[in-house]
Amino acid sequence: MRVSLLPLSAGVSFKPEHFAAISAAPQPLGFFEIHAENYMGAGGVPHAQLRFLRENYALSLHGVGLNIGSTEPLDRAHLARLKHLCDRYQPECFSEHLAWSSHAGIFFNDLLPLPYTEANLTSVIDHVDEAQSTLGRRLLLENPATYVRFKQSTIPETEFLAAIARATGCGLLLDVNNVFVSARNHATSATAYLEAFPLDLVGEIHLAGHFETTDGQGSPLCIDAHGSPVVEDVFALFDSVIARTGPLPTLIEWDNDVPDWAVLLAEALAAQTRLDRSRLVRAAPAAA
Amino acid sequence: MAVQKCQSDFAGALRNPDLGVPQSVTSYSSDTPKERFAVYRNNVVVGLAGALEARFPATRKIVGEDFFNGAAKLFAAAHPPRSPLMLFYGDAFPAFLADFEPAREVPYLADVARLEAARTRAYHAADAKPLTPAALSGVALDTLAGSCFTLNPSVEIVASDYPIVTIWAMNSGEIDLAPIIDWRREDALVSRPGCDVEVRRLPPGAKTFLQNLAARNPLGEAAAAALAGDARFDLAANLAALFAGLAIEMANQPNEAALP
Repeated sequence: MRVSLLPLSAGVSFKPEHFAAISAAPQPLGFFEIHAENYMGAGGVPHAQLRFLRENYALSLHGVGLNIGSTEPLDRAHLARLKHLCDRYQPECFSEHLAWSSHAGIFFNDLLPLPYTEANLTSVIDHVDEAQSTLGRRLLLENPATYVRFKQSTIPETEFLAAIARATGCGLLLDVNNVFVSARNHATSATAYLEAFPLDLVGEIHLAGHFETTDGQGSPLCIDAHGSPVVEDVFALFDSVIARTGPLPTLIEWDNDVPDWAVLLAEALAAQTRLDRSRLVRAAPAAA
Repeated sequence: MAVQKCQSDFAGALRNPDLGVPQSVTSYSSDTPKERFAVYRNNVVVGLAGALEARFPATRKIVGEDFFNGAAKLFAAAHPPRSPLMLFYGDAFPAFLADFEPAREVPYLADVARLEAARTRAYHAADAKPLTPAALSGVALDTLAGSCFTLNPSVEIVASDYPIVTIWAMNSGEIDLAPIIDWRREDALVSRPGCDVEVRRLPPGAKTFLQNLAARNPLGEAAAAALAGDARFDLAANLAALFAGLAIEMANQPNEAALP
């Protein structure tokens, strides 16, 4: 069963500075993704542009502020705003993060990590249940890029995500760059992570750029910056995933130092080429 | 440690660098991964300062990048966002600048910031169908004085003791930078007639006039109040400014362009 209704092709995260180029001609892309919170104003240009995208392409709504990983109750007002947006634009997919971003009334504007414990598992399951029942739709939950670990964590991240999906029926958004970044930051194996990941539940893939520096001990510190091209190592991991799953809706995220449209489009088309190749590779044994 | 305490410790340490790395946090390379935890702290500070930078470009141009970033970080520490809607983060920044001692030498700075904050609100305001002069042609002259109007949802008036429309225009690339010979107070009309937010200099008395219209007082009463407040008030000039900014609508009419 399909986990999302997005087409099995490449898309990009929409940036308003690209609107003129995007609207000038049909683009060879399957879908656009927007950050839901940027469209919570009442009207004006953002909604005019979103209407255009909605009318011409499949649409993915990506939330960054629902605070699903918080130990506090969900913000009902924010959930209502998300519902309004989903009802108004009927996106093919809605996704959010395994992270928290607000605490005690303050919004941190970042995706913050949580310990993987039984108590947090219960809390996240409750939050995903509440979000799905309010929105009246299945959501995809994204694996985070993390820089630290928690001493209390007792459950591997892949198991934590799988348990949430089992309990709530939600799908997963596999951010391959996040897998790479986290593995680098924790000196673990990205390949082993992907082998443990429940790929049958993946409804969308994210690819993005990162950069690397070092910590005070001289060990690699990899930053999920979304400000550069996808590196070859991440594309290679992506290939290994789609070799197992076949083509999946695949998004290029580029949020900082946003390049010209031609550069971003070329990056998406590079992902599309790999999706096409995976289709051929998987078709080959059957044809033989 | 309970997960609640773990999260509140993490949140506290994000806000207060003096607290160091939270006890529950670790990494393979260090038990107190200072640089790794600092990535989160840096994301928060840089993200908030970046949001203010994007919303207040003319304010930033006036004081320069370093001064602005310093002010933005102090503001963000004292006034963190209370909602995940970052579109409107910084509504309180102009008031912060008004009381910001190091900015005292630039007395108009807070008013320029108020103008920029109003522009963002106008950008995101609800869509509406503005009143054109042609629509008024059907209204009999003798009933016009008794007619009420509503302001377009995007409209804000930013009053100032300084020539803020001129200063803003010079620092946002609308007009060339030049010495301001005619240094006098300017009130700004911010409105969004269509897609683009526009800023106009309001004629004398316009602030009172518009405030009366916004309170749904009839046109005649609004004009009389404005004239009483400022003898230079000129009704024709004011209506021309409002029509140019497509800032008004007839009251008691369904708003046809309103979105569902």
